[in-house]
Amino acid sequence: MEKRTMSMTTGPITVLNKDKMPVVKEQDVVPFRNRVKEYATKIGMGLVNQTKLITAASELVRNMLRYGNGGETLIEVVSKGRENGIRLTFTDKGPGIPNIDQAMKDGFSTGKSLGLGLPGTKRLVSEFDIKSIVGQGTTVVVTKWKNG
Amino acid sequence: MEKIPILKMGQFLLVTIQIDLYDRLALNLEADLVQMVSKTGARGVLIDISAVSIVDSFMGRIIGNIASMSKIMDAETVVVGMQPAVAITLIELGLPLTGVHTALDVEKGMALLRKKILVDGEEDDVDDDGADYGSE
Ligand SMILES: Nc1ncnc2c1ncn2[C@@H]1O[C@H](COP(=O)(O)OP(=O)(O)O)[C@@H](O)[C@H]1O
Ligand SMILES: [Mg+2]
Repeated sequence: MEKRTMSMTTGPITVLNKDKMPVVKEQDVVPFRNRVKEYATKIGMGLVNQTKLITAASELVRNMLRYGNGGETLIEVVSKGRENGIRLTFTDKGPGIPNIDQAMKDGFSTGKSLGLGLPGTKRLVSEFDIKSIVGQGTTVVVTKWKNG
Repeated sequence: MEKIPILKMGQFLLVTIQIDLYDRLALNLEADLVQMVSKTGARGVLIDISAVSIVDSFMGRIIGNIASMSKIMDAETVVVGMQPAVAITLIELGLPLTGVHTALDVEKGMALLRKKILVDGEEDDVDDDGADYGSE
């Protein structure tokens, strides 16, 4: 009698759609945010979750521009079990983050700003993953499930 | 370069943000507003964000800056019309908009500002003859 009910979001992730967008200057930010919104609307994500996702996207894309000299974004429509979602990947070839635990703390900033981008983003999305190698760059992957 | 217009209405300044802000635009608005407050001696700043669909930590900080700098120049800041989804998101992001008053719409924001100024005036009537920061 094991695992009779499967959670909405267990099982393999299927990618339904992929869209790459470079973000190398400030003017790229609004079109990127709009693209994320288009996809979120397309899968029927509610307004609050959409707002959370786009705010998270805005934080991560700003970090990429400010600390990573710009980079590439990937917008994917994904599904897992019966749940659909949006997965965003931010990849830069900047200096990397020497201490990720520290960077994930509320209020930590090397840019004299609020230090809420990374920890706040983690709270706003369903899944959050960050990898960084000093001297090579940083990749952040976030997923927001439609009902997550 | 786009610019966000600042309207002077009596002793208040009104800013209606109609487009999604990118950083430079927000920074310019901050600088323009602070300059306007000091130039006009305005006692209140109303920022209508009802058309703004996202506020991230950068824009939140700008709003906070506007409020604290205006405060130094004796003006109160009221943010009006924040969409519920934006408010919910800001809380989860962890952004306390300290020093920023909020109101449902411009009318209620105006009323709040008037009340604030009145209360301030009653508390210390010494420097309350409105002639503080040279007009025009
Ligand atoms: N893509 C990146 N490349 C290099 N460093 C980064 C990157 N993203 C974030 N960081 C580092 O992590 C810190 C915290 O980021 P964040 O939480 O967004 O706060 P803030 O942007 O206000 O500093 C930054 O100050 C920076 O040192
Ligand atoms: Mg940041």
